[in-house]
Formats: sequence, C-alpha cells, structure tokens
Amino acid sequence: MFDLFATLPDTAMLSRMQFAFTISYHIIFPTITIGLSLYLAFMEGMWLKTKNLAYLQQVKFWMKPFAITFGMGVVSGVVLSYEFGTNFSKFSEIVGPVLSPLLAYEVLTAFFLEAGFLGIMLFGWNRVTPKVHFAATCIVALGTVSSSFWILAANSWMHTPAGYEIVNGQFQVTSWLEVIFNPSFPYRLAHMLLATFLSASLLFAGVNAYYLLKGTHKEFAKIGFSTAMFAILILAPVQILVGDFHGLNVAHHQPVKLAAMEGIWKTEKGAALRLFAIPDQENETNHFELSIPKAASFLITHDVDGEIAGLDQVEEKDRPQVAVVFTAFRIMLGLGGLMLLLGVAGAVARYKKRLFDFKPLLYLSVVMIPAGVIATLAGWYVVEVGRQPWLVQGLVRTADVVSPLPAETVAFTLGLFVIVYTSLFFTYIYFIRKLVLKGPPSLDEVQASLMNPALEDNDDLPATLNPAQVDIGYGQELSEYLQSKDKQGKDKQPQDKGEK
Amino acid sequence: MDIALVYLLLIGFGVLVYVLLDGFSLGVGILSPLLKNSDNKAIAMKSLSHIWDSNQTWLVFGGVVLFVAFPVVYSFVLSNLYLPIILMLVALIFRGIAFEFRFKSDRSQGFWDLSFAFGSIIATFCQGIILGALVGDMSSTKTLADPVDWLTPFSITTGFALLSGYGLLGACWLVRKTEASLQVVAKKLAQKLLFIMLAFFAVVSIWMLIDQPAVAERWLNFPGSLALLPLPLLSLFFAYRLWFILRERTEPGLKPLAYAMGLFATAFGGLVAGIFPYIIPGRLTIWEAIAPDKTVYFTLVGILIFIPVVIAYNIYAYRTFSGKTSMKDGY
Repeated sequence: MFDLFATLPDTAMLSRMQFAFTISYHIIFPTITIGLSLYLAFMEGMWLKTKNLAYLQQVKFWMKPFAITFGMGVVSGVVLSYEFGTNFSKFSEIVGPVLSPLLAYEVLTAFFLEAGFLGIMLFGWNRVTPKVHFAATCIVALGTVSSSFWILAANSWMHTPAGYEIVNGQFQVTSWLEVIFNPSFPYRLAHMLLATFLSASLLFAGVNAYYLLKGTHKEFAKIGFSTAMFAILILAPVQILVGDFHGLNVAHHQPVKLAAMEGIWKTEKGAALRLFAIPDQENETNHFELSIPKAASFLITHDVDGEIAGLDQVEEKDRPQVAVVFTAFRIMLGLGGLMLLLGVAGAVARYKKRLFDFKPLLYLSVVMIPAGVIATLAGWYVVEVGRQPWLVQGLVRTADVVSPLPAETVAFTLGLFVIVYTSLFFTYIYFIRKLVLKGPPSLDEVQASLMNPALEDNDDLPATLNPAQVDIGYGQELSEYLQSKDKQGKDKQPQDKGEK
Repeated sequence: MDIALVYLLLIGFGVLVYVLLDGFSLGVGILSPLLKNSDNKAIAMKSLSHIWDSNQTWLVFGGVVLFVAFPVVYSFVLSNLYLPIILMLVALIFRGIAFEFRFKSDRSQGFWDLSFAFGSIIATFCQGIILGALVGDMSSTKTLADPVDWLTPFSITTGFALLSGYGLLGACWLVRKTEASLQVVAKKLAQKLLFIMLAFFAVVSIWMLIDQPAVAERWLNFPGSLALLPLPLLSLFFAYRLWFILRERTEPGLKPLAYAMGLFATAFGGLVAGIFPYIIPGRLTIWEAIAPDKTVYFTLVGILIFIPVVIAYNIYAYRTFSGKTSMKDGY
C-alpha cells in the first residue's frame, strides 16, 4: 500500500488528471444534447406546421435519449462548477475576477433556462398548449447554445487572454467586451457548435441507418436519415473550413501549440506536413515520420517556403506533451475527413435514388455514430494539452495554482470518479441501446398520445388545464373526438405504468 | 448600499432558496426507504422529476455567486472542505441520475430506488458536515493558512440535524403531492420529524451559544439582542402551526410545506445573524473578501435582470404541474 503511495504522481498532476477526466466525461453529453435539442425543436416545429404525425413521432422518440443524455450532462456538470475551487484554489483566487462572471452569466442565462423549461418539455405534453410546448423546446435549445457561448468565452480567454490587468498578483478586468470577445473566441465557438451539430447528426444518421438495415421502422428512419445526411453534407465542409481558420488563429496566438500539433521541433522554412510520426519529447525528434514536403508551410503561411516556428522557440519546460497533441490532432482530422466522405457519399446516393438502400453507406453511418464525439474530445485534447504547461497562456502556470491537497486525497477522489463515471457510462450506453432497440412509438401510439391521457382522471388537473373543459389548441373537432373516445375507452385501461 | 453587503444578501438568498427547494427534493429521497412499497416510491420520485434539476441549479448559482463576489472564500472553503464537497457532488450524481433511469428500467428499479435514497442521504449529510465545519470553526481564532477540521462531533451533529430538517421538508412536499394512504404516511412522518428536527436545532443552537463566545455575545447581549428576538419567536410559531395542521384530517395543501419552509428560513436567519459580518466564520469578513469592483458590478447587472425572470418562469413551471402527482405525465 505504501509502495503505491510512493509512486503516486504529485498533487498538481493528479488534479490535472482529475479535471481532464471529469471534463472529458462531461463534454460527451453536451456535445450530443446541443445538436439534438435543435433537431427536436426543428422536428416539433415541422409537426406544428404540417400536422404530419411522422414529425411528432420523431420528437417523441428522440426525446428519451435526449432526456437521459441531458441528465448525464447536468450531474457531471455540477461537479465541474466546483472543481475550480476544490482542486485549483489559487487559480480561482487570482483569475476568479475575470472568469467567475462568465460562469455566473452561464448559470443565469443557460442553466436556469434549461432546467426551468426541461420539465415542461419532457413532462408537460398534456399540461400546456402545443405552442407553449414548442416554445419550451426552443428555449431549452437556446439555453444549450447560450451555455456554450459563455463557457467557450471563459475557455478561450485562458488561451488568448485580453482585456485584463494584473494588480497585486490578481487579475482584474479592464474591458468586459475584450474579455468575452477575446481573439480566439469566435473561432472556437463556431468550431465547437458545428462539432455538436455534426455529432448529433451522426447519431441521428447512425441510429436511422441501423433501422434501415434491419428493415424496421422504415418510414420513421427515412425522415431522420435523410435530414441527417443533408446536415452532414453541409456541416462537414463548413466545419473543415472553420477549423482551418481556427488553426491559423492558433498559429498566430499560440505558435508553440501549433508546432506541437504539426510535430515541428526545429524552426524551419518550407516545413513538411507530417502525416504520421511518433514524437519523442526527450530527443526532440520524430520517429517513423511520413510527410509531404513543404505542405505544412503552404497550409499555414500560404507560401511553400514560409517559415514555421518550431518547438525550439521556447525552453523545454515551456513545451506541451507533443505526442498527445500531435496524435489527437490527427485523430480529429482523420475523423473530419471521414465525415466529409460520408456527407458526399450520402449526396451521391441520394442523386442515384439509393439513399435508403445503399448498404455500404448505411454501414458506414452506423460505424460513425461515435465519430463526432471522439473527434470533439480529440480536438479538446489538442487545445488543452497544447496550452500546457500554462493554465492561462503565458501568464499562469498550472503547477503553481493547484490546491495544496495531499496527493493521496486527490488520488482517492480521482479513483472514485473513474469508478463511478465508468459504471455510469456503461449504464448510459445500456439504456440508450435499450431505447434504440425498442424503437419509436408507432404512429397510432403517437396519435393516441394526443388523446390526452389525463382525461382518464380529470380530477388531477386544475380546471383551466382540463381539456374536457377548455380547448387546448387541437380544435373543437378533436375535443369532441377525445370525449367520444374517452367513453369507448373507459374499460380499456392504457398500458401506462408510469413509464416516462 | 455597500456592495459586499448586497452580495452577502444575494448569496444568503441563493443558499436559502437552494436549501428550501432542493431541501424538499433531497428530503423525499431521505424518506423514500420508509415508503416501503414500490408504487409509493415511484410516486414520490415522480413528484420531483420535473423540478429536481431546477432546484439543484440554485446550488450552482450559490457557488458561482460566491466565486464572483468572494473568490478568496470560494477557494478557501472548497479546497479546505475537499472531501465532503466531492462526496456531496458524487452523491448528487447518484440522486440525479436515478430520476432518468428509474422510469426506463424494468428489472433494476430497486437499484435506482437505492441510488435515489443513498444519494440524497449522503449529499444531505455532507452538506450538514460542511455547514457544521464552517460554523463550528468559529470557536477559536485562526487565520486563512490554518486548515479546517471538518470531521468533529459538532459537524456530525449538524449533519444529522440537516437530515431531519430536509426530511421534514420532504414529508411536507409529499403531503402536498400525494393522496390517500401515502399522504397519511407522509403526515405521520412529518409529525415525528418535526420533533426530531426541533430537538436537533435546539442542541445545535445551545452548543453554539456555549462553545462560541462571538455567537453568545450577539444573542445574549441585552438589550441589543432583543432585535433578534422575532426570529426564534417566529420559529416557534411556525412549528406550532405546522404541528396542528399536520394533525387535522382535512387536505392541508401547501400549508405544511410553507410552515416548514418558514421554520427553516428563520433558523437560517438566526444562523447568519450569529456569524455576520464574517463570511468565513472567525477568519474573514465580507469587506476583506470582496472581489474587485469591475467584477462584482458587471455580474450584479446580470443577476438583477435575470433572477426575477428565473423566479417567474420557475413559478410558471411549478404551476404547470400543480395538483397531485399523476403517473401519467410522461414523454
């Protein structure tokens, strides 16, 4: 036991590992829910507009995975809002005056909004009018986007700090506009939002492709698959373009990170683009390098002989772990390329009228379900590990601002998080799989869900919400139909056992 | 008005709202093992499924406002009370996730009931420990460099006190949201818990008066402390009214919850009155800890604009689901 403690990494490393682990875990869920909430709002809007039950069926089906994913995001997110203080207490103390208001605005304009309307969105189907329900769905979607706005402003500031001064060792703000709209923020926000849309689209496409392959729920799957493939076709190239702009922004503001991403150790002109390599931090070189001559210089400086500053521009102690940054960057790029391929393949199949039965496309879609989330995580590793050893680029070193906790304590909590999160993750996958296998409710069931089940026990509802007394927007005919249906259906108890 | 004082009020408000709202949510979890059959547990949980997330958000709000206004305190409290805080957060995960999985599971409902119950119990107990550690620490003069001793007889007592208090709130919530036999059970539980909670609150109060000269000075210094007299008198009034209303056979509606919340609010007020103007009891006052002007004013604008809106739509959300809980609301 004591041997184990003797080999324990120091508190700074353990706190970094814990934060990295908990935030990586958390980001999986918002990545899915931000895009998914927009899909839900879109489909519900289409349902209200066309009154085509097929759209409502989409909403009813996807709401369940959305709810679970959102719940996972909420519970893992609360941890993060406290971890700044628990594990990086000195950081909170000196940088708090700049970052804390951004987090406060996130709570005020996103967390409360999402939480407040999520209840109505999930459980309020029979308690509010369709328009109010649609508004709730839209507000939840707005909340998720607003949340990313603030959190990415805070994160971007740590990469490209602006609008601050340092007074007695504490950061103070000189301009809030400069803090929020710091130089890397617009690129990072656009890149992340597109990543969430792509991730949700891939999930959408994959699940529906699975149904198409199995030959079940075909009509349902066609709507979702078609929408998702169309979205991927647009989003993938736009994302690659935005990513390129983001990369140029990194080259300008964080040249060391760029050198690590490209695996360039020595400053050189006409630098080659390394497609594959195993970076060796100690000997400051790459092994098994496979590269295209001059391509990196061309991509970054738009000149084949342009100069790119290598990792040797700073001392050894100021460099990130190159292998992590370099590899994660390539994983992200590779997956991005595959997404583009999927989008184009979908367009070709659509043109040939084979969109719903071209098997290689459907298989590829299923395989690529997690691609968006993995690419997003890889991208975050590039940015975050690439900024090390700094917590605030060039100003605050990670190792200097951790809480003075015993290493054993942090090792214990890290272990706890690993165990709890891993088991929760498998539980999450299990339930998502269960929902997918169960499939969407049939159109009849969707129709029946419009027949307000609360009619069975009208006493439960306040008079103003009682559909037997007020028309809640489905039209007079429907109300009458509901009442006649109610009389017939009294003895047929619904199969409702309180399932959400 | 003094900005540090404004923020103390805001944080006090945030914490109180959290304690009152998540208090009853956690309270239902604490009591759920006592509800015996699975249907009752399901109804109890269902009564919260649309609001637990909103209620928990006040905890994040309280934390972040503390971070904004008193970053030194945020850093000090969170790093010094590291273990109880992390354990509370992990427990809240089990509590929260149970809502999502309980109603989608076929075979594992029992497990999620346990997850809900234990998550709520541990989270509450940790919150009580945190409270006790901070308040109990006042007895000796220390500086910011000295660590906080969080596991003490006093903090364990406050842990149990909070369990009984949240339990009372939870029982009163169930009285409001349930019917028939379950409501009878909830009423009986509430009666017992009222006495247990009053006993604990009395013990904690007397302990503080004996152990902490600063608190005794404030509360027992006539005639100055007469200004504080309404707080304990109101507490007793609320407790008395609650007791009678729980014993009536008529439908009490929201009243028990309202009285229980009143009881909590006055106790909270009494606690704050004993500590003021310290933000870390005995170590740091609000004026020493307040963040730079640019930070606090920028955030204050947002709080003043958004919090009334937040309260408005939360009231709307509660009203949407008013009345007894129906198992039929789903998605």
